[in-house]
Amino acid sequence: MEPVRLEEIAEEYRRRSSAVAARIVLCAGTGCIANGANKVFAMFKTVLEAKGLDVYVDLKMVEEDKAGFHLSESGCQGFCQMGPLVTVLPDNIMYTRVKAADVAEIIEETVINKRPVTRLLYKDPATKEVCRGTGDIPFYTQQKRMLLKMCGQIDPGDINEYIALGGYAGARRAHLELSADDVTRIVEDSGLRGRGGGGFPTGRKWRAAAAQPPGKKYVICNGDEGDPGAFMDRSVMEGNPHSVIEGMLIAARAIGADEGYVYVRAEYPLAVKRMRAAVEIAGSLGILGESVFGSGRPFRINVMEGAGAFVCGEETALMASIEGRRGMPAPKPPFPAECGLFGKPTIINNVETLASVPIVISLGAEQFRATGTKASPGTKTFALTGHVANTGLIEVPFGTSLRTIIFDIGGGVTTRRGPGKPEDFKAVQIGGPSGACLSPRYLDLPLEFDSLKAINAMVGSGGLVVMNQDTCMVQVARFFMQFTQSESCGKCVLCREGTYQMLVLLDDIIEGRADERTIGLLESVARAVGTGSLCGLGKSAPNPVLSILRDFRGEFDAHIAHKRCPANKCTALIRPSIVASKCRGCGLCVKSCPTGAITGERKQAHIINEALCIRCGACLTTCKLGAIA
Amino acid sequence: MSPEMLVSRAEKFSKVCGILERFGHKPTMLIPILQAVQEEYRYLPEEVLSFIAATLDLPPARVFGAATFYAHFALKPKGRYVIRVCDGTACHVKDSEPILNKLRTVLGLGKGQQTTEDMEFTLETVSCLGACGLAPVVVVNEEVHSLMTPEKTEALVNGLKGRKEGMAA
Ligand SMILES: Cc1cc2nc3c(=O)[nH]c(=O)nc-3n(C[C@H](O)[C@H](O)[C@H](O)COP(=O)(O)O)c2cc1C
Ligand code: SF4
Ligand code: SF4
Ligand code: FES
Ligand code: FES
Repeated sequence: MEPVRLEEIAEEYRRRSSAVAARIVLCAGTGCIANGANKVFAMFKTVLEAKGLDVYVDLKMVEEDKAGFHLSESGCQGFCQMGPLVTVLPDNIMYTRVKAADVAEIIEETVINKRPVTRLLYKDPATKEVCRGTGDIPFYTQQKRMLLKMCGQIDPGDINEYIALGGYAGARRAHLELSADDVTRIVEDSGLRGRGGGGFPTGRKWRAAAAQPPGKKYVICNGDEGDPGAFMDRSVMEGNPHSVIEGMLIAARAIGADEGYVYVRAEYPLAVKRMRAAVEIAGSLGILGESVFGSGRPFRINVMEGAGAFVCGEETALMASIEGRRGMPAPKPPFPAECGLFGKPTIINNVETLASVPIVISLGAEQFRATGTKASPGTKTFALTGHVANTGLIEVPFGTSLRTIIFDIGGGVTTRRGPGKPEDFKAVQIGGPSGACLSPRYLDLPLEFDSLKAINAMVGSGGLVVMNQDTCMVQVARFFMQFTQSESCGKCVLCREGTYQMLVLLDDIIEGRADERTIGLLESVARAVGTGSLCGLGKSAPNPVLSILRDFRGEFDAHIAHKRCPANKCTALIRPSIVASKCRGCGLCVKSCPTGAITGERKQAHIINEALCIRCGACLTTCKLGAIA
Repeated sequence: MSPEMLVSRAEKFSKVCGILERFGHKPTMLIPILQAVQEEYRYLPEEVLSFIAATLDLPPARVFGAATFYAHFALKPKGRYVIRVCDGTACHVKDSEPILNKLRTVLGLGKGQQTTEDMEFTLETVSCLGACGLAPVVVVNEEVHSLMTPEKTEALVNGLKGRKEGMAA
C-alpha cells in the first residue's frame, strides 16, 4: 500500500472546508442526545434542504464551485447541562438548549443573515451577561482544554478533519523519524503520569516493556471506565477516537508491539461503534495494518466490548477477560510489562493517558511540562456532576483547586430549591469507589496526584461528585460499600466477606440498630479488608468509608447516639413534622404522601398525623419551601 | 458426545454455528461469542451454552463460569423493554432511589422480581451510564432519558404500555 500522505489529506480538507459558507456543529454526545439533539439535527437538514440550500453532512461531497453548508456532529462539548448545543462557524456562536422549533430561526438569522439569536445564547447567571460562545462563557474560559480541544469540535467520523488539525503527525514522526528509545525518552521526560487512577509514570511503564526481548508484544487501551460518576474516557472515545489510536501507535513504536486492544465497557455502545469505525478507516489509509506509515512495521488494533464487570478495569482482570476467561485479578509480579496478555509483554494505559501522548510528542517534553505542577505535569479532565450548576466535562491544569472547579467553573452548588450558597456545599467525592469524600476544609487543596495521596484520597479516573447539605454522608458511605461489595470478584475472603460485613454495619447505623461499638468494629473490618485483599478493588474499598468517618464523624454520632439523620434521608430515623411558620399550605406534600397522613386547609399550615406516617420521606423531597423537617 | 448428536444439535443451533464460525471457533473469543449469541436470543439459554462448550472443546464450567461472571449476560429471558435505572454516584445523590421505587410499584414487581409476568418489562439498575451530567438517568433499551423524576418515569412507562395496547388494537 502507498504510504499515506497526511499533508495532501490536510490540504484537500482545507480546500473543501474553505468552500463552505457556514458550518453548523451539533453536539451529539450522550448528554445532548438524551436531551433531543438528534431531532435538532434532522430539523437542520430538513429546513436547509427545504430552502433549496446545499447541505453537506460529509465534507467529501462538497463541490468546489457550490458554496453549501456543512452540517456536522461532534462528541461531547462538555457543557452537557445546557445541551443540546449548536455552534455556528466561522462566527463561533454557541446556542444552548436548542429545540427543533428553534432551528428555522437559527438558519434564517445566524446562518444566512449572520445575526445572533440572543434568546438562545448563554446568559451568565452571576453577571446576567449574554455570552456569544466558548470565548466568553465562564465555564469554558476558566478551563485549559488541551486534550478536549478537538473533542467536541471535530467530526469524530471524519479522519480527514483530525489529520487537517495535525493529527497522526506525531505517530508518523515516531515511526519514521524517531527511534523507539527516543519516543520512550520523550514520554519519560514529559513526566506524563497515568490518568487511570494511580498516576504511575507512563514512560517508566513503557521502558519496562521496551526492555523485554523483541517478539510478540501488546498495547492495551483501558476503556473500561467503571467508576460511577465518570465519563471522561467515554467522551474521548466518542468525540476523538483517532487521538486514542494515535497514542496507541506511538506506544507500539516505543515498546515494539505489533498488536493492540481497546477494551471498552459494554455500557458505552456509541464509544464501541466510534472506535471500531475509526480503526477501520485508519486501516484503510495504511495508518494501521501491515506497514504503519510505510515503515515496514505492522500494528493492528482490535476493539473488544466488555461484558459488565467493574473489576475488569483492573489490568490483570482485563487481560483475563480478553483471553475469554472470568475477569479475576491475578497477583503481581509478574507485571504485565513482563508477562501480560497471552503471556507476552504488555502495556496497559488508560484512554486519557494514550490520548495525551500525541500532545506530548507534538509539544515536546519541555513544553508539556509548562502546564500543571512539577510532579504532575499537564492537564486533567474531570467529570463534574452532582449538586453543581454546570455539570459536565471539564479540563484543568493539575494543581487547580476544588474551589475554582466547583465555584468558578461549576457555577456553585445547587439545592432542591435552586441555586445554593457557599454554605450549602457539604462534600465532594473524588476518585470513585477507591477515593474519598472531601469536606469544605479541602477546598483550597491543589489537585494533583501526590497532594491527594497525602490525605488518603486519589485523583482516580476523574469523577467529581458534588454534594449539598441534603446528602446523608452515612448513606454515601453505604452506597460505595454496596458498590464494591457487589463488584468484588469473590477471590479474596476479606474482600468478599469483609465488604459484606461493612455493609451490614452501615445498615445498622442507617436503620437505627447501631450502638457505641459499631464504629470501632467498622474501622477494624475496614483495616482488615484493606490489608487482606489482593487487588486494588479490595485494597481501596474502605477508603470512601474511612474518609467519611474522618470528616463527617458528627453525622455518624447523630445517627448512632441520637437516632437522628441530620440530612433527613434515613427513613428509619426521620420523624417528619411541618414547621408551621414556613408552611404556606400549598398542598404539594399532601399529593406526595402515600398514606394520607398529611392534612390541612389550603393556604394554612398543614399537619402530619404521626400514627399514619410510614416515614417514607416523600413529603420531605416534595416540599419546595423546606417547611418539612 | 457422538458426532451424530453434534450434527443434530448443529441444525438446531444454526445461528449459533454461524456465530462460532464468524469467530473462527477460537476459545479466546468466548466473550464476543456470548455477546453475539445474546444479541440473537436476548439471553443465553442453557442448552446453547452447553453446545458452545462442546463445540469449542471447553469444559462447560469455563463457559458457564464466564456467562455468570459478567453482569451483561442474562441466563433468563428478559422483557421486551429493558428499563435500566442508573444508580451511579451522581444519579444516586440526585435521588435515583425514589425512581426505582416508583418503577417497582408501577410495574407491580414483587421483591426480587425483575421481569413482569407478561414479559413486557425488565427492571435493572446499572452503575453509571456516563451521562451523569444529566442525572438521574433512565435508559429504556438503548434510549437515554435524562433529568428524570418519579413522575416522569411513570409517564414514560405508561407511554410504553400504551404503545403495546395501541399495537394490539
Ligand atoms: C478495581 C479496579 C478498577 C479499575 N478500573 C480502571 C478503569 O476503568 N480504567 C482505567 O484506565 N484504569 C482502571 N484501573 C487501573 C488499571 O488497573 C491500570 O492501573 C490503568 O489502566 C493503567 O493505566 P495508566 O497507567 O494509563 O493510568 C482499575 C484498577 C482497579 C484495581
Ligand atoms: S480484592 Fe476483591 S476484587 Fe480484588 S481479587 Fe480480591 S476478591 Fe477479587
Ligand atoms: S414521610 Fe411519607 S408517609 Fe410520612 S407524612 Fe411524609 S409522605 Fe406521608
Ligand atoms: S453531550 Fe453535549 S455537551 Fe456533553
Ligand atoms: S451516575 Fe448515573 S449516569 Fe453516571
